[in-house]
Amino acid sequence: MTDSKTPKIRLKDVHKSFGPKQILRGFSLDVMPQESVVIIGGSGTGKSVMLKCILGLLSPEQGEIEIDGQPTVHLSNADREEVNAKIGMLFQNAALFDSLPVWENVAFGLIQGKRMKRKLAHDIAIEKLAQVGLGADVGKMSPADLSGGMRKRVGLARAIAGDPDIIFFDEPTTGLDPIMGHVIDNLIVKCVKEVGATAISITHDMPSARRIADRMAMLYQGKVIWHGPVGQIDNSGNDYVDQFIHGSADGPIQMELLKL
Amino acid sequence: MNPLRALGAASLGFLAATGRLTTFALVGIQHCVRPPIYPRLIGRQMIDIGYYSLPVVAMTTLFAGMVLALQSYTGFSRFAAEGAIPSVVVLSITRELSPVLAGLMIAGRIGAAMAAELGTMRVTEQIDALETLSTNPMKYLIAPRLIAGVTMLPLLVLIGDILGVFGGYLVSVYKLGFNEQVYLINSWNFVEAQDIVSGLVKAAVFGFLVALMGCYHGFHSRGGAQGVGAATTNAVVSASILILIANYLITELFFAT
Ligand SMILES: Nc1ncnc2c1ncn2[C@@H]1O[C@H](COP(=O)(O)OP(=O)(O)OP(=O)(O)O)[C@@H](O)[C@H]1O
Ligand SMILES: [Mg+2]
Repeated sequence: MTDSKTPKIRLKDVHKSFGPKQILRGFSLDVMPQESVVIIGGSGTGKSVMLKCILGLLSPEQGEIEIDGQPTVHLSNADREEVNAKIGMLFQNAALFDSLPVWENVAFGLIQGKRMKRKLAHDIAIEKLAQVGLGADVGKMSPADLSGGMRKRVGLARAIAGDPDIIFFDEPTTGLDPIMGHVIDNLIVKCVKEVGATAISITHDMPSARRIADRMAMLYQGKVIWHGPVGQIDNSGNDYVDQFIHGSADGPIQMELLKL
Repeated sequence: MNPLRALGAASLGFLAATGRLTTFALVGIQHCVRPPIYPRLIGRQMIDIGYYSLPVVAMTTLFAGMVLALQSYTGFSRFAAEGAIPSVVVLSITRELSPVLAGLMIAGRIGAAMAAELGTMRVTEQIDALETLSTNPMKYLIAPRLIAGVTMLPLLVLIGDILGVFGGYLVSVYKLGFNEQVYLINSWNFVEAQDIVSGLVKAAVFGFLVALMGCYHGFHSRGGAQGVGAATTNAVVSASILILIANYLITELFFAT
């Protein structure tokens, strides 16, 4: 039902607030099939909230979200399950199930969602763990016994375990050493280029963003204020983007800091 | 503020909360009966609630039966009515003490644990993660706990019945000098099926209430460690109060004619 012109994911004028606090104020973005889009933007501007809106974990009070051309804001539970089966998500804090061993975390979607035999799912989980640089011995451990970076990588393995059509990475390389960060970047690129997934990533790590992105979008005050191919980020002509990618304290984006 | 207005706001809030709880309960029940069900998870919850609560329930009901015999004796001996002790013990234990005490102990043990576990899962986004992995949290987390609560508490209460009567027997025979056979025959002759059944019905209802309150407060907790703490407290307090209210209503249903 999808041709190459239908965006894989479309957000149109999405508004989301928590009480009086407006987070998204007319967020619009189209992501084409097999494209890797990186969202950048200040801490607390609503990047994670935006992903949760797409997943239906939060419901926007205004605007439309479409996946494969299908509106998803008011889906029934059963339809939502079907849509989410296409999506893999790496949560910012990994959100591993601490009642289950690591391998079962990775295999969870295969066993519960795809009703795969435990033995087979276990083997796939071990393979996915290897792809994020974790050995089979880690598979038997409890998530509580892992380091932060290891947890993140297990979360990543879980997100890609079902070979999903769409993958969201919420800060995939935060908390990793530079070498492992590079390995993870390559894995993300591989998921998009070889497996043919569509990806939205959030990151504060500009070198990593340049490696994984086809296109970048910058979120500021609840809206996308700039988006374009990754090659144009340095010549965006947008002062906000310039300040952000160079990480300078002087510029149009003023942090609300107490002046000392 | 206008006191009428405050009263109105409070009542509206109460009604809204009741509505949310009822919806939650109905959806939970629906997921208990509609496939897929998760036997592995139900089994784990049953072991948690049934097996690991045995010592607590056993101690509580045993001593309740013992103290009941002792207290009845001090009262009844004034009227030379000691012969009524076996029947008093067996009726009080099966109808009231065993289900209520077991229910309250389970509320403290299981209700709190459920609220803390689910609350932690909520604030660490594990419940969100379940949804993204095409797993309905109501089905995966809530239904197994409700099923285990409803089925395990009656079993515990049945064991509590036996131990409570046994406690009364111990005190009566070894301390108060009753004849052991007469005591047992009196107990057995006096108790009716309805006494035990009403206790088991209560147990099933209490088991449901404990699991429901633990799940509801845990599932909807927010705000980090403090929120989880509040959810735990709320689960235990609300389950305990609901148990006492339900106890009265069921008693009236069975015994008030
Ligand atoms: N459940 C919630 N209830 C109330 N406020 C929320 C909730 N979730 C997020 N927020 C608020 O929404 C804003 C955006 O949060 P979000 O997690 O999307 O930030 P972010 O852009 O991902 O930041 P970071 O880069 O630091 O992860 C924050 O100010 C946060 O306080
Ligand atoms: Mg975030």
